[in-house]
Amino acid sequence: MGIGQSLKRVDAYEKVTGRAKYTDDLAPAGALVAKVVRSTIANGRVLAFDLHKASLIPGVVRIFTCFDVPDIPFPTAGHPWSTDPAHQDVADRKLLNERVRIYGDDIAVVVADNALAAEQAAGLIGVEYETYPPCTDAEKAMQEGEHPLHEACPDNLLKHTVSQAGSFSFDALSKEKDLCVLQANYTTQVVQHCHIEPPVSYAYMDSGRVVVVTSTQIPHIVRRVVGQALGLPFGMVRVIKPYIGGGFGNKQEVLYEPLNAWLTTKLGGRAVKLELSREETFFGTRVRHAMAFSIKSAIRSDGRLVAREGWARSNQGGYASHGHSIVANAANAFRMLYQDEAGHHFDAYTVYTNLSSGGAMRGYGIPQIIFALESHMDDLALAVGADPIDLRMQNCMKEGYVDPGTGITCHSSGLLECLEKGRKATDWDSKRRAYQNQDGPLRKGIGMAIFCYKTGVYPISLETASARLLLNQDGSVDLQLGATEIGQGGDTVFTQMAAETIGIPESMVHIQSTQDTDTAPFDTGAYASRQTYVTGMAIKQTAEQFRQKLLRYAAGYYKKELENLDIQEGFLVEKDPQKRIGPLSEMAMEAFYSLENAQHITAETTHHCKENTFSFGVCFAEIEVDIPVGKIRIVNLLNLHDSGILINPQLAEAQVHGGMSMGLGYGLTEQLLFGEDARPLNGNLLDYKLPTSMDTPELQARFVETDDPTGPYGNKSLGEPPCIPVAPAVRNALLHATGVGINRLPLNPQNLVEHFLHAGLIEAKTVEGGRQDV
Amino acid sequence: MYDFGTIYEAKGIPDAITALMADENAVVLCGGSDVLLRVREGRLAGRNLVSIRSIDDLSGILQENNETIQIRPATTFAQITQNELVQRCIPTLGEAVDQIGGPQLRNVATVGGNLCNGACSADSPPVLLTLNAELEITGPNGARRLLLEDFFEGPGKVNLEHGELLTAIRVAKKDYEGYFGHYIKFSQREAMDIATLGCAVQVKLGAEGKTIEDARLAFAVAAPVPMRCHAAEESIRGQAVGETLYDWFGRTALTEVRPRTSWRASETFRRQLIYELSGRALKAAIQKAKGEGSA
Repeated sequence: MGIGQSLKRVDAYEKVTGRAKYTDDLAPAGALVAKVVRSTIANGRVLAFDLHKASLIPGVVRIFTCFDVPDIPFPTAGHPWSTDPAHQDVADRKLLNERVRIYGDDIAVVVADNALAAEQAAGLIGVEYETYPPCTDAEKAMQEGEHPLHEACPDNLLKHTVSQAGSFSFDALSKEKDLCVLQANYTTQVVQHCHIEPPVSYAYMDSGRVVVVTSTQIPHIVRRVVGQALGLPFGMVRVIKPYIGGGFGNKQEVLYEPLNAWLTTKLGGRAVKLELSREETFFGTRVRHAMAFSIKSAIRSDGRLVAREGWARSNQGGYASHGHSIVANAANAFRMLYQDEAGHHFDAYTVYTNLSSGGAMRGYGIPQIIFALESHMDDLALAVGADPIDLRMQNCMKEGYVDPGTGITCHSSGLLECLEKGRKATDWDSKRRAYQNQDGPLRKGIGMAIFCYKTGVYPISLETASARLLLNQDGSVDLQLGATEIGQGGDTVFTQMAAETIGIPESMVHIQSTQDTDTAPFDTGAYASRQTYVTGMAIKQTAEQFRQKLLRYAAGYYKKELENLDIQEGFLVEKDPQKRIGPLSEMAMEAFYSLENAQHITAETTHHCKENTFSFGVCFAEIEVDIPVGKIRIVNLLNLHDSGILINPQLAEAQVHGGMSMGLGYGLTEQLLFGEDARPLNGNLLDYKLPTSMDTPELQARFVETDDPTGPYGNKSLGEPPCIPVAPAVRNALLHATGVGINRLPLNPQNLVEHFLHAGLIEAKTVEGGRQDV
Repeated sequence: MYDFGTIYEAKGIPDAITALMADENAVVLCGGSDVLLRVREGRLAGRNLVSIRSIDDLSGILQENNETIQIRPATTFAQITQNELVQRCIPTLGEAVDQIGGPQLRNVATVGGNLCNGACSADSPPVLLTLNAELEITGPNGARRLLLEDFFEGPGKVNLEHGELLTAIRVAKKDYEGYFGHYIKFSQREAMDIATLGCAVQVKLGAEGKTIEDARLAFAVAAPVPMRCHAAEESIRGQAVGETLYDWFGRTALTEVRPRTSWRASETFRRQLIYELSGRALKAAIQKAKGEGSA
């Protein structure tokens, strides 16, 4: 097997047979149960509690309130720590909060010996509040000053940054003939990750240390944040990460582990389990930021982008979480994807409101900006009469590009080839012609959208990964990593990488899937589509060292020339002439039990990655829209990706399918709604329209494999990208089908019907009494 | 863990009524797909449950001597869809309830529960309304009958006293013979969803299929309760079959409905659906009546 082969997932049998153990499966019988008491207002302050009734419920062990917790603000984002205080994550919350900033804020916690008692007691706690008017709108929040959500931000503005290059003036440009200037606003909605396994952890004490078993993407970061939040030396905290049922970024956040860890320290070290319900997960964890955009462009009639300016306003919700880095990432993509002749100017704002807090979610700000930017590109194409594919080819980032903001270089790009292949595969040119000037209630359209995506977080943040390889007595190896399998197939591709570089079959690599911070080497975890790249570098470097150690030992044992030795398919071989010497198992037994030269052959290295590279892709969407009821049917959906060399093509395809499904939900149906009082309205899986299998069409994934010189095996990011371009591709197909450009997600029937009424595609019906209904 | 008080498994209809009369706090449990949700949400937390799940007399579908079809309320949606009598005489009902939730739900949830919950979004009422369904309700003082159309009193409110049970749903032969129907559930997902709008039509054509002898139209989510649109029905009765009917049918329905704006959908959007789906359901029903297959 090796790189480029579709090795069966190493965890496939465990997962499909149900033998794989997840956090809740492992919680000890008799563990106490914690239930968070949540505020029933979205903005204000807790003045007092009445715990009397709750404390009388049989089974209640203790109730802690926001007045009991340590006075230590801590950050929750799962970023690597910045040693520069200016770049550290915002520490804006305590274990429980007296100042209420979102509906359902954590204000107290009940611990009981069963879940029902905990829930009953939580419902009986009386709370006296001082209430302030809630604000869900980012623009309004910036104008309000009476009760800022955080004292450090009197105008609720968490941060404002500017990306700019070149100098230009739209006033001057607009006087040029042969130039078209177009401005539009675009908005995206709040959505939630909807991982199947809710956030769950249990914590206990062992020999004076706090042990937290948790469903997380980032065990080593959880260790640090628990230490920070409790004021404990980090060595006193041990974090264990078993199999996890999805994260999508919501578990790149340290949500309830610190509270759970603190509870066990207050209860004599007894095990306490804290699991969120689906409803709590919707409003009490993290969401994808809603963003509003303005984009104004000057474009020549030949399709060349001359200048662009715009802004993005990101609705942060009540807590900073990943803070400004998400909209800043969006601003980067605005700059990176297209290069303007004269320049660009882009303002990015992050604003606190009383909505559920935005955090990391697959794509990290890019699905938002790509919806705006790629919708805008089709609007421009329409304005100058250009073909949308040609317009992108003319203006998009090309190989050799060096980003002025980050220094990231485009080392390889298969974007143009993706576009060419997609143009052919979808029969683009003839369909663009065929679907022009349709009438009738059913109309078809075809659209597309592109993206670029970084690989990991360098140089904005630290990139480091470690790997450890240990020889076993049978010649097989144990592979230990701090990188996490979160369903994406990480363990499988890591196994392939180690096998490829050492020269053994995958069956001889035993990967330790559970990370225990006591034994797993340091890695910052699963996020930013970084692990195959950054952890891959650590695996390659460690495996090369390990292989050298094996060869050196073999040279001594077999008395052969080191330079002429190789490891192939689990055997030591002489290269010239090609000849097998013996299986690794033979040498391993000698290494372990030799009376002359016994040693445990191991290797462990850390790779400090100071490199980054761009992956690319495009989505093509062909749709049919039922105009009178505003419903879009996907006729064909194709994603083409350049993610460099594919380590495992089958897993890569599965990753793309999952992303496309997530992108379709974002584009068509999903939105977390809030009332005027900032209370979530549809935070459950009935009312929040996550697509079902019945809503998901046949998904097509194709690849253009470039061999990226910086990727450890020629590979680039793939985890997040597939979800990015789907929504704008569908939106552009709708524009093609109807001539109506809808700039607000999701493209659900109500949204479409409103736009079609406005555009006159649907006739407004006058009903009895002369009432006009629009 | 579900927060309920006691659960009593009733042995028969009289036993269930006695148990309910003995405990004014008790809630009837059948399929459980709504009641247990409300227990979990806290709306029915701590309540005692009287289960009618095991009462044989409440389950099944049969044809009475006068060819009236009797559907007993504890029959699950899956049983209704698969029932031969339903498929032959009132297929629209089987098609409608097959669009509820997913397979797991359809194998526990019951038609009686769907009616007694009084939800305006329920999928079985529109079709049963167009079939002029009649309910049999049994209480401590015996049985009474009333039209389904008179059963719904308000959101979540039906004409059922504590201690009364829905014991039968009847569709008379005159209300299904010669009728062809169609149900459109408009929802944002193709499964696991509640209706943004539900529209049921039954139509009976005159000689040679050229005129509308009778038509019936009913909606879910067009008003606070499931409702019939008698004016729309009257407006096309006796009319010639043709394209202009659909527009007229929808426009007349708009004069009867009372949709509202909620976060689930705006009034404007619901009105557009009411107009459009009325015509589409009528067209599909006429096509079935003419043997042209469903639209």
